[in-house]
Amino acid sequence: MIRNFKLVAALALSMCASHIAFAQEVMAPATSMAAEDSVYADFGGKAGISTIIDNFLVIWKADPRISKALAEADVERLSALLKEQIGQLTGGPEKYSGTDMKTAHEQMGIRNANFNALAEDLQLAMDKSGVPSRAQNKLLSKLAPMEHQIVTK
Amino acid sequence: MHLNRFRKFTLLALLTSAYAIPAFAEDMSSSSFSPDMGKLLATGGVSSVEGAAGGGITPWALISGYGTRDSYGANVHYTRLKTSDFSLDTYGAAVGIMDRVELSLAKQDFEGKDGPLNGLKITQDIFGVKVKVAGDAVYDQDTWMPQVAVGAQYKRNKGLSGIINAPVTALGAVKENGVDYYASATKLYLEQSILANLTLRVTKANQMGILGFGGDLHDRYKPLVEGSIAYLLNKNWVVGTEYRMKPHNLSADNEKAYYDLFVAWFPTKAVSITAAYANIGSIAAPETMNKDDQKGLYLSLQAGF
Repeated sequence: MIRNFKLVAALALSMCASHIAFAQEVMAPATSMAAEDSVYADFGGKAGISTIIDNFLVIWKADPRISKALAEADVERLSALLKEQIGQLTGGPEKYSGTDMKTAHEQMGIRNANFNALAEDLQLAMDKSGVPSRAQNKLLSKLAPMEHQIVTK
Repeated sequence: MHLNRFRKFTLLALLTSAYAIPAFAEDMSSSSFSPDMGKLLATGGVSSVEGAAGGGITPWALISGYGTRDSYGANVHYTRLKTSDFSLDTYGAAVGIMDRVELSLAKQDFEGKDGPLNGLKITQDIFGVKVKVAGDAVYDQDTWMPQVAVGAQYKRNKGLSGIINAPVTALGAVKENGVDYYASATKLYLEQSILANLTLRVTKANQMGILGFGGDLHDRYKPLVEGSIAYLLNKNWVVGTEYRMKPHNLSADNEKAYYDLFVAWFPTKAVSITAAYANIGSIAAPETMNKDDQKGLYLSLQAGF
């Protein structure tokens, strides 16, 4: 029983430790973060992110689940804003200049499945550019909470 | 009105589903009835040995299947665990409704392969219900809040067969049926590519119920802890380790904790394969004269949508 208790205590302690480490990393709100040069570098910097977003839009356009939304969008403006946003979220010098997520999406009636489809397409674009999984997940950890503002239906 | 335990359980499951269905029906009018397969890969967990979604040996707060909150999903699974002296085959199905309610059915076939219990078979049916009550493991990246679910597993031991035909109470258990209740908290830390789960369970089951419920040492509900930590290698591969505390109700069985080290592969949303190295402690050791920890390979296949 003592042996079991030590193991359980270690498990609980490691969960608490990861909570604390996690909390310290995300004290800042999701739209701005401390510089993480390694993630920005993993994404290939400004040029790499530009390629990823270009590919992302191609994949999105070909995705029957959500291609309709792109047909109704100003793709050039969207592309520029996405590059700013991803650049900022991965620790680059870019600054997102668009409206907040809630305002930008509230008229679109987006469902959870649509949001996930978009995330999957972004993953495909990141895979295509060889962004390491850990770096991809770090970006996704910043994008995931936006689901609460973007999904309205 | 007196309801036996099984009827109480069925009523609980129906009320739980009724809570989800009116909203679901309303939504059906505005969207297609076909399953949306909209959840992200691997976010339905795998099928545990008792049928609930989660890890291999413990339930998580994740809801089975790929149906989002606007839809549903379902899957079937088959799992084989083979140790030096025993084998455990489990197979079953699970349904996830609106990513909020999970219903599962699993059948466990346990068989002694060596020593005095060679040829002894014990089977058990498990009907599970799980409800997500708070949080979201995937989207709540910016808070400490985990996804929380509560669940129950109604277990019916069908008795011994093979070398002997008898109810499982012949091995010392007080009852042939029992209900486990549990609460799970699951959190995905995408920043670290880590998933952690903590489950608290109250149970009277001996070896998950394979050796019945309650015994000569204890016959009351015991709170037990189960934990899993997993690392996301990439979107298709997860490795991890799990631990599950067990009760010790039977003097005839030196029941110990279960441990495993697993790797799960999710090639598509249609199928997943999990392989694990599991240690399920010794089973009915005084009778088998076998004090060895039962260690072996676990292989599980899940298919669905």
